[in-house]
Amino acid sequence: MAIDCLVLGAGQEVGKSCMVVSINGKRIMFDCGMHMGYTDSRRYPDFSLISKTGDFDNALTCVIVTHFHLDHIGALPYFTEVCGYKGPIYMTYPTKALAPLMLEDYRKNMDRRGEDEQFTSDHIAECMKKVIPVDLKQTVQVDKDLQIRAYYAGHVIGAAMFYAKVGDAAMVYTGDYNMTPDRHLGAAQIDRLQLDLLITESTYATTIRDSRYGREREFLKAVHNCVAAGGKVLIPTFALGRAQELCILLEDYWERMNLKVPIYFSAGLTIQANMYYKMLINWTSQKIKETYATHNAFDFKNVRNFDRSLINAPGPCVLFATPGMIVGGFSLEVFMQWAPSENNLVTLPGYCVAGTIGHKLMSGKPTKIDLDKDTQINVRCQIHQLSFSPHTDAKGIMDLVKFLSPKHAILVHGEKPKMATLKERIQSELGIQCYCPANNETVTIPSTHYVKADASGTFIRSCLNPNFKFSTRSSTDKSYLDSNKSKAVSRLSVSDDRATEGILVVEKGKKAKVIHQDEILHMLGEKKHEIQFAYCIPMPMARTEDLSSTSHMLCGFDKSTLISRLSMILSDELSEGNILDLGEELQVESFRVSVCSSDNCPHRLSSSLQNGSESVFFCCNWSVADEKLAWKIISIMKNSTL
Amino acid sequence: MLSVSGFRILLDCPLDLSSLAIFSPVPIALEAHESLDTDSVVRKKQKIEKTLDANDLVFAEPWYKTVKSLHLWDASFIDVILISSPMGMLGLPFLTRTKDFSAKIYVTEAAARIGQLMMEDLVSMHMELRQFYGPEDSAFLQWMRWEGLEVLPSELKKIILGTDCEELGAWMPLYSAVDVKDCMRKVQTLKYAEEACYNGTLVIKAFSSGLEIGTCNWTINGPKRNIAYISSSIFVSTHAMDFNFLGLQGNDLIIFSDFSTLDTTENMENDNTYCDPVTSSNASDDLYNLEEIAASLLKDDESMEEMEKLAFICTCAFDSVRAGGSVLVPIDRLGIVLCLLEQMSLLLESSSLKVPIYIISSVAEELLAFTNIIPEWLCKQRQEKLFSGEPLFAHVKLIKERKIHVFPAVHSVELLTNWQEPCVVFCPHWSLRLGPVVHLLRYWCSDPNSLLILESGDDANLALLPFKPMAMKVLQCSFLSGISLQKVQPLLKALQPKLLLFPKDLRCKIQISEANTIIHYSENETLCMPSSKESTEIDIATDLASQFHWKTLKQETVTRLDGELFMDQGKHRLLSGFRQADSKQHRPLLHWGSPDLKRLLIELSKMGITGTLKKVMDSAESKNAAGIIDIDDPEKALIDVRETGTVIITADENLASHIFKAMDIVLDGI
Repeated sequence: MAIDCLVLGAGQEVGKSCMVVSINGKRIMFDCGMHMGYTDSRRYPDFSLISKTGDFDNALTCVIVTHFHLDHIGALPYFTEVCGYKGPIYMTYPTKALAPLMLEDYRKNMDRRGEDEQFTSDHIAECMKKVIPVDLKQTVQVDKDLQIRAYYAGHVIGAAMFYAKVGDAAMVYTGDYNMTPDRHLGAAQIDRLQLDLLITESTYATTIRDSRYGREREFLKAVHNCVAAGGKVLIPTFALGRAQELCILLEDYWERMNLKVPIYFSAGLTIQANMYYKMLINWTSQKIKETYATHNAFDFKNVRNFDRSLINAPGPCVLFATPGMIVGGFSLEVFMQWAPSENNLVTLPGYCVAGTIGHKLMSGKPTKIDLDKDTQINVRCQIHQLSFSPHTDAKGIMDLVKFLSPKHAILVHGEKPKMATLKERIQSELGIQCYCPANNETVTIPSTHYVKADASGTFIRSCLNPNFKFSTRSSTDKSYLDSNKSKAVSRLSVSDDRATEGILVVEKGKKAKVIHQDEILHMLGEKKHEIQFAYCIPMPMARTEDLSSTSHMLCGFDKSTLISRLSMILSDELSEGNILDLGEELQVESFRVSVCSSDNCPHRLSSSLQNGSESVFFCCNWSVADEKLAWKIISIMKNSTL
Repeated sequence: MLSVSGFRILLDCPLDLSSLAIFSPVPIALEAHESLDTDSVVRKKQKIEKTLDANDLVFAEPWYKTVKSLHLWDASFIDVILISSPMGMLGLPFLTRTKDFSAKIYVTEAAARIGQLMMEDLVSMHMELRQFYGPEDSAFLQWMRWEGLEVLPSELKKIILGTDCEELGAWMPLYSAVDVKDCMRKVQTLKYAEEACYNGTLVIKAFSSGLEIGTCNWTINGPKRNIAYISSSIFVSTHAMDFNFLGLQGNDLIIFSDFSTLDTTENMENDNTYCDPVTSSNASDDLYNLEEIAASLLKDDESMEEMEKLAFICTCAFDSVRAGGSVLVPIDRLGIVLCLLEQMSLLLESSSLKVPIYIISSVAEELLAFTNIIPEWLCKQRQEKLFSGEPLFAHVKLIKERKIHVFPAVHSVELLTNWQEPCVVFCPHWSLRLGPVVHLLRYWCSDPNSLLILESGDDANLALLPFKPMAMKVLQCSFLSGISLQKVQPLLKALQPKLLLFPKDLRCKIQISEANTIIHYSENETLCMPSSKESTEIDIATDLASQFHWKTLKQETVTRLDGELFMDQGKHRLLSGFRQADSKQHRPLLHWGSPDLKRLLIELSKMGITGTLKKVMDSAESKNAAGIIDIDDPEKALIDVRETGTVIITADENLASHIFKAMDIVLDGI
């Protein structure tokens, strides 16, 4: 059995996330994104690789979308409405609610830029009708064999990691996630699962970030300084996610500092988004959830709607305007007005796609930007770059991989050289086989498969009782090797042989059966034949005081004294096993030893009779399971005197 | 109470709120209460068997009745508690406050929150009442002693003691707010259809039941059995997420615990006549496939009916406000209240009447806010509202427009300043004994224009007793609160259980013609279910299985197992262990058969060991003789072979292991 992963997008790049995974005959598409940087056919994943005939309904079992960012969902209406996929699509409630806003916004932008329309407004609505919403941790039985489950991923509201299980094989696709909580979302959470495969994003494969608190303060200070000097702050964002996070941050700050400067949201879009956020408060962080009844954190007190006439109104203000990265639209309109004044401030997110004005502003400090060949903008305003991001850093990725300990890992959604570094780390530090395939490549990994067997009641019952064996093993601690002082450390090791008492029986034409070892004889109708080892060992007596005759001595010492002496010798020298002194005999696991007084003991070998006059005979017997231990005891007994 | 795979599971832990009605609400005049102490005994004795009046009620701080015979259980023996509705949670703090309580409580997220709010409301309303009685009453319970019980009218006595006088122990003083908080800390909340795994053995899952927001049915999957527990369920709901019966498919045991049809005695004849044609048509049509059954179950005739009921209530209420009277709606079904709010305000809006709607409850504000943030537990139509960005319930808008006013209590200042009559008031029911409903009933009970809307079912006569004589109109209405009888049959057909546990009390009401086994259960009776799977299944990882050392016997191949056995998600799994695989050699530990001595000698000589057969003892029964083999090369050794065992006697480790190998060849072993 194997799991095949066909990478249709986000292989060694960021954008158009799309991965088709085949497990045990089921084919799942994870994410269906588009690439923001391209306008030609490269913008969408190459769906023809899934099915040459275009019969996607039979080629795919289901589509799973992790969150509403365009690089994860942008191609979905195209895939369902133009390519004609009609099967089930799963996403979380918030994703289903907010995705249409994102798609609609994108579609309008496409229109404006005069690109040929790939899908229409109706397409989006039709597409969303096919979506089945899921709750976190809800276990969805897609069909008889396929089970999926969503886990909280942070990143944006409604973002989820998806777990999929077919038969015995299981995997997790993370989508984008954040391992540290931010202003409005919690950190990613997942159960410890048994996985064959983990597909994880790796946007910040090598970055390690410090606390976000300082970075937030930087941002607030920049904004405060600007408005205190009477300037205007422009925050170009996309409608969802970042806007709400920054707004909570500002709202909080405004309350604390008792600021009265107005905060505006441009157009209806973002205000409407807040409406969604209010209902989806269960998907936000714990802190916000706790206060919803008295004050819904998305009821922004200081936020007002922006009117176009306010652009050149006097006085300071903060404005959230769409779209982000200043790709056009209203944010560009405002930017053109505000950029020439050095009092004003523009904040930009950590990452802007090449070709946008945002990208131009971030690269160097331009004083003039050519919008097109006729218009030129003078840029004198301050630029602030946000340095917090809703993606996990390298430590977070490593933590997650370590926590889940999958048998294999695949990295996607990152930059090639950084991914290679992370891949090396995962393989060397965690010992997990790791891949970072390029687009349109297929990775095949083996999957777990279980053989089913019926277990007998006796076996199950015997497994319920712990059957620990303790033993101390001396081993050389390798860490001391460097200092040339190898040190022997004895460790207590615990072994439990419950499982090895089981016996698997396979009969032709019947289901495999597991029975307890005690049951097999009965099943076969055979009688047990026990093989034991025995040896009657002479031990020389130390000459003690005035007792001269050994025969006398044998009488003088009763058996139990001899046994307890032997017990002392053994416990000094023996590092393992539990010595039981039963008075007349000693017992170490199955090894039994007792004083032998009969001269013609059948376990006595003639060769050892030579100096019997000065020795006491100990009759030993043991079974094969404790063979090693027995020989160790015998060698101790041979080399010591009583 | 279930016992599955050695774990004890308690299903639901409610309070009997109707028994609260035996207590008197706070008396208006204090003298009435004091005079009672002296001559009430005499007076009451004379009155026995007469009709009840308000003075017969118990004047004391109320106690609460839990599930009978639950107090006989040691709480520490319970392993798991499954709560299927907010109502089923009210008795929980009684259990959680006991010492040694260690059970894991599973509740759906929504039910937990709503249940918590209800408990908080109950506690605070109770405190209000307690202020009246003072603390000394709680220590000395006159009504609970025999003398006290003797003087009570038989009707009340029956409620207190139960029919067989065994229920007295179920009475408890109310828990405190601390108990509630403590209880909530012990609760494990679950998302919709989240898999919870108890002790690696039981996989527990909640599916919506459609009755109310957050109510659910449970599936319990153990290694030997799959169980589905069906509580009161509604197929198509106007507010909560529909009854997800498809999720319950594939379970071999179904516990049917929907008692709602038991209460609807007046409709019974109707139902029975309905029932017959339905069953007969079903029986003739065996080709019914699952989808058709599902479709017939999901026909929303029920919800249409419910909507009509609501509309009727609204018009009644409307009529009475138009006549200048006020309307009091003490209904506890949250979903129905929310729907009523919507319809009522629509109706009022369409008319020119300016009538305010008040919601008075200490937790109303939180409850209303909560209902608007749980789209995951609402019905499809409400979810659509989320997707189109509208509020889930209209009350958000109405509160903002100040058409609905929410107050924590009747004496809150905002209420007094805003109060306007006629009006429509929603408040918690609490058997008409606790909270704002008492004050409002007192206030309006003599007004013939006012209207009281009650849910039927409880003993309304007893509940209304303290307020009599009543001039106020009373509208009793029943809402759908479970699976209707005619739908039980197709439901079971869709679920296909091998075993069905059905309440004995419902047996007479419905004939179940399914081929599967039906076992009837009743209170205080223990039933033992035959196990559906004979043996436990064990999963062995293939990578481990490939390392096994197989041995072929006559018909079967056998191998000793290795690795570590895990219990996860109700499955036994054998995985390769972490220890170094070959620290010990694989050698058989168990032998059977009897050795052929000559063959043994040959095998030994192959290993370079020579020996002679010394003694042979022929026994009549076995062909293979027992004997002693004397070995002198390379070392001295003896092999003492008997019929049931062999002893290898040697002083040399190497020789011993060689002889053992030889023995292994001539014997069968593992």
